[in-house]
Amino acid sequence: MSSTYYDVPLLKPPVWTWEVPAYFFIGGAAGGAAVIGAIAQWTGANGNLARDARWIAAAGAPVSAALLTADLGRPERFINMLRVFKPQSAMSVGSWTLSAFSASTAAALVPISAISTTAVPFSAVLGCGMLTYTGVLIGATAIPVWNAHVRTLPIHFAASGMASAAALLTVMGHDDPAINRIALGAAAVETLMGASIESNRAPVSEPLRAGLSGLVVRTGGVLSGPVPLLLRGLSRSRRARQAASIAALAGSLLTRIGWVLAGRASARGESESHARRQDD
Amino acid sequence: MATSAFLTDTTLCIGCKACEVACKEYNQVPADGFAWSGKSYDNTMHLGHSTWRHVAFVEMEPRIGIGGNSGEQISWQFLSDVCKHCEHAGCLEACPTGSIMRTEFGTVYVQPDICNGCGYCIVGCPFGVIDRRPDDGRAFKCTFCYDRQRAGSMPACAQACPTQSILFGDLEELRAKADGRIEDLHARGVKDAVIYDPRDTSVGGIHAMFIVRGDPEAYNLPARPEVPTVYLRDGWRSAAAAAALAVVATALAFRRSR
Repeated sequence: MSSTYYDVPLLKPPVWTWEVPAYFFIGGAAGGAAVIGAIAQWTGANGNLARDARWIAAAGAPVSAALLTADLGRPERFINMLRVFKPQSAMSVGSWTLSAFSASTAAALVPISAISTTAVPFSAVLGCGMLTYTGVLIGATAIPVWNAHVRTLPIHFAASGMASAAALLTVMGHDDPAINRIALGAAAVETLMGASIESNRAPVSEPLRAGLSGLVVRTGGVLSGPVPLLLRGLSRSRRARQAASIAALAGSLLTRIGWVLAGRASARGESESHARRQDD
Repeated sequence: MATSAFLTDTTLCIGCKACEVACKEYNQVPADGFAWSGKSYDNTMHLGHSTWRHVAFVEMEPRIGIGGNSGEQISWQFLSDVCKHCEHAGCLEACPTGSIMRTEFGTVYVQPDICNGCGYCIVGCPFGVIDRRPDDGRAFKCTFCYDRQRAGSMPACAQACPTQSILFGDLEELRAKADGRIEDLHARGVKDAVIYDPRDTSVGGIHAMFIVRGDPEAYNLPARPEVPTVYLRDGWRSAAAAAALAVVATALAFRRSR
């Protein structure tokens, strides 16, 4: 007896277009930059570094908002996102986080020290939200490949965001040993994430290894993990660190695109009945 | 106020699609394409932004020697699928604007004047019901004829159904009616008739129940639907750990550079 309905997928694929993974990338980098900027300032490190990090955060926030608005079916109604606050909706939590993050990162640049010093800790806390919430956003859905990884996605995306923030600062000329250590740490976490994805043979995780989504996830994983880890770890040259940064940025963007593509493939092919049939 | 519900009984459905037509006409739902699927008499194939009732045609292999619709042999079943109006609705929980709400009838309704088309409800629905209409930009699904219910009439699909395969009424009354119907069917030899109402999952039961024959998955009704809010605890816990790790690692990186 047939256990599927003409192999019609049970779930609807996400309708999100390129703007959403681009936002995951830029929002993550901005969040990471806010964290780096605040801690660099508190530890009394290089002042130029702290300032540039805060600029990356402040510039990334409005770009993020613009990308998210462009992806809406009714962009003119973006303000409805702030109509209610729903802790049970990661999209609602994220909209409020992004709004507050935009305000705090802009305030951190105001040349009145009473305002900027108050804003910096807020921007760091909200930056932590920007780094991680997108993992919860896609993890807490009905899409099998996403919800199967709800525990690892926030860590994966946070490492990706920290890696891109460190990479952007390196590209901007901040060849600081602290930035190098952050980039190395993030690349190490991304290498572990890649290894855990590759060793996961569950049918639900197939879109992370097979097809177009698998190719993008794998390419993103190699560029985010082993490539910057080896370039920064083995070579002492500045050029290697620059190359590692370019790889990490490309890797972070591809990782976000890959996960969204994997979600689409998962909804199309891995309906619950389909997945079960493969097990039989 | 009583909680509204549907009980859709495949053993009474004749596959006439009057429910689909009545729904489209009453709710002025746009056309959903004019394509032949080649899959039995089903040309819409699934629920969607412009298909709020969908009659599935489940063909079973006939066995030689046993006639068409005898008790022991399924040959052809029709199921008028619809939004389940879950007790714990993934779309409603996901909606960041508050556009999707629980009505006074216990049903789940998308307020079209508030929806901004973010698309998060689509990945929140464990039944693949709600979708965004590309030329409109907003998400749509069955309204459970909210306007008709407010005016005291029954939903258009139930009104149009010529065989009373679609029953409309109070949730608890229909649950009792479903139990009675199953007893009756089993007594008549239709031993494979079951109620589809996933009350033992995180969805917590549905307000549009079904009586089907055989495996509900053959009708694209998932065996274990889960409301995605069940994943939030793990997700936020992990997010907190990741944030703490990022802050501590960054602080250590800067500390050591001095």
